[in-house]
Amino acid sequence: MKIGVFICHCGSNIAGTVDTAQVARTALEFPDVAFATDTMYACSEPGQEAIVQAIKDHGLDGVVVSSCTPLMHEPTFRRTVERAGLNRFMFEMANIREHVSWIGKDTEANTRKAAELTRMAVEKLRRNMPLFAKQFEVNKRVLVVGGGVAGIQAALDCADGGREVVLVERESTIGGKMAKLDKTFPTVDCSSCVLGPKMVDVAQHPKITVHALSEIEDVKGFVGNFEIAIRRKAAYVDWAKCTGCGLCMEKCPSRKSLDRFNEGVGTTTAINIPFPQAIPKKAVIDPAFCLKLTKDKCGVCAKICPTQAIDFKQQEALFTEQVGAVIAATGYDLFDISKYGEYGAGKLPDVITGLQYERLLSASGPTGGHVQRPSDGREPKTVVFVQCVGSRDKSVDRPYCSGFCCMYTAKQVILTRDHIPDSTSYVFYMDIRAPGKMYDEFTRRAMEEYGARYVRGRVAMIYPKGDKYVVRGADTLMGTQVEVEADLVVLAAGAEASQGAGKLAEKLRISYDKYGFFLESHPKLRPVETNTAGVYLAGSCQGPKDIPASVAQGSAAAAKVLALFSKDKLENDPMIAAVDIRRCVGCGKCIQVCPFKAIKEVDFRGEPKAEVIETVCQGCGLCTATCPQGAIQLAHFTDNQILAEVNALCLA
Amino acid sequence: MSGVNELRIVGFLCNWCSYGGADAAGVGRLAQPTDLRIIRMPCSGRINPLFVARTLLSGADGVLVSGCHPRDCHYAEGNFYARRRLEVFKRLLPTLGIDPGRFEYTWVSASEGQRWQTVVTTFTEQIHRLGPMPRFSPGEACVAVLAESGG
Repeated sequence: MKIGVFICHCGSNIAGTVDTAQVARTALEFPDVAFATDTMYACSEPGQEAIVQAIKDHGLDGVVVSSCTPLMHEPTFRRTVERAGLNRFMFEMANIREHVSWIGKDTEANTRKAAELTRMAVEKLRRNMPLFAKQFEVNKRVLVVGGGVAGIQAALDCADGGREVVLVERESTIGGKMAKLDKTFPTVDCSSCVLGPKMVDVAQHPKITVHALSEIEDVKGFVGNFEIAIRRKAAYVDWAKCTGCGLCMEKCPSRKSLDRFNEGVGTTTAINIPFPQAIPKKAVIDPAFCLKLTKDKCGVCAKICPTQAIDFKQQEALFTEQVGAVIAATGYDLFDISKYGEYGAGKLPDVITGLQYERLLSASGPTGGHVQRPSDGREPKTVVFVQCVGSRDKSVDRPYCSGFCCMYTAKQVILTRDHIPDSTSYVFYMDIRAPGKMYDEFTRRAMEEYGARYVRGRVAMIYPKGDKYVVRGADTLMGTQVEVEADLVVLAAGAEASQGAGKLAEKLRISYDKYGFFLESHPKLRPVETNTAGVYLAGSCQGPKDIPASVAQGSAAAAKVLALFSKDKLENDPMIAAVDIRRCVGCGKCIQVCPFKAIKEVDFRGEPKAEVIETVCQGCGLCTATCPQGAIQLAHFTDNQILAEVNALCLA
Repeated sequence: MSGVNELRIVGFLCNWCSYGGADAAGVGRLAQPTDLRIIRMPCSGRINPLFVARTLLSGADGVLVSGCHPRDCHYAEGNFYARRRLEVFKRLLPTLGIDPGRFEYTWVSASEGQRWQTVVTTFTEQIHRLGPMPRFSPGEACVAVLAESGG
């Protein structure tokens, strides 16, 4: 075998702390290495051409590139060697950037380590075999999890691209957080005028099926062939019959039910349609407050419902959907402001979140769009806004910036003045972060045109005084203490990962960070993909983002799905397990451990043997580590290859 | 010569979580000791405990295995198998005459660069405290056993 070794400088990223020329010279002494050189940027066009040329000039039949992480450029170099006529699996990579040059400054130690990692890759490559992908059928339906604006956009784009879409939403209506907003920045567009028509499009699109009040129970399978178990919670209303007329809401005597859509501002009826534009526009009974379900009394809704849709005995239902790809768009939840005891949050009735204030501003909200204090219904004349409540605060384990709060606070300042012209608004802020198109201009309008008093500093405490609240904080620009007597305090609660996001990630087998936000495959190169093939991300589930960014990601994820579905067959990754039938004793242990049911028992001349279903195997190697005979081996991660790597490190 | 005090530490890392976590540590320029050499595995469930034994007997002074956090496996359940196998294996090490402190397994996700830095630094310090692995030629080992048994 003739192996070529390329040691990348990556500019000064590697060459700064690794003597790449020395590594190349050392590599020439490794077995089967016929050619070794250092190269400025292996991944650049001239870098790749040099590899192709060297393969031709030296008759190489395998290539090692020592450069960055294989998670980044392994596919790039596989294509390079393929261009030169080699099998793309006759290639190995040594990671001498993330694992060497970037984590230490000792050039001598780094150089030695880089050479050893290169030697390891060479020893592995010497035992590689050419591999060939198999094709398999792809189910061209897509599942979108979450019906907020990102999920809606993704669903519509996939459906317009001709693919069947299954949209699963936890609440009884799609719309997500955006449906709760009164206006949007920086245009002060009416939120429901922007979102409403899109929601109607979803409802009317022949290719979209909406499962509301439903959650993902389980995910089986893999790209192209997922089997999704979905649990639909009991609505106690037969949605096939419910017309959304709202008669039941008018007559329901239980009016103390928690109004989730209005963020707990006010209460609502036990049977409820969250808002007039709800999609699907169907009633749901809150079993905690329904008199029939709690005390077996009443039942008024059942008596007056014109279509007899009420079903107090309805149970939750479990059903499955077959799809080929999944877009996670589960959005965000608000930080629990009651963790800020010094702000009286959760205790003082007129200290509310930005989203609650949004409901007070909204014409379809509990106050009909009249700004009233939740405690006494009085119109507030002094409103204090506090930024970064649950953002950029290590003391509550939320060190990240939620990104959109500066902007929605500026919008709320403007709307407050529009609603109550003789009101004064104060904004306590740390920094104003307004990096979008027309964003900074917008915040300036709030200050200059609408006369909001922006105070740079944190609020220390909020306490009641008569029927007002004293907001005490610092003005760090003036170097003074500030006290404002407020009628209403609005806390810009930060965004955090949606409740249950971690559990969903585990079902989808994607990674998430310590705050529960889903991890993209690469922040710049693959921002809406995950490391699990066929699973994509859109919107705030990946990190806090505003509406324009969420919509853009929804479209981006849809584009990825449509590209995936543009092929009639997908190719598997051929680094899969294979059984040596002579060593297999038919014990069946591999069949038991395989998470994908990719191994079956076959009869071979009267003897039971294991056989791998090649297009189902995902290449985890569980079976390989389990087989007592060493009869089942994972291609390119065989026992011999791993031990050769060990030997390269320990015995050489 | 710098780095002469390096000991030989081999890491078996799953491709999806810990390898990514080690990459994240690199991208964040989080300085780490240079002793560790990482072997990429598809999944911690691919790791046969005998790899660890072979590595220690072949001249390594320490072995570190790292995978996805339990319940967060890319292949759904590989790390559950890994956890069970490696825990049993760790208890077996004294029988092989190997200090169990020379082997650790841990869970690091792809976003946990800082955690990876801590894991590597702590484990390297631990191995340095234990010092180089004692080596016997087979003959010496027999003599040692005989001497211990009083024969």
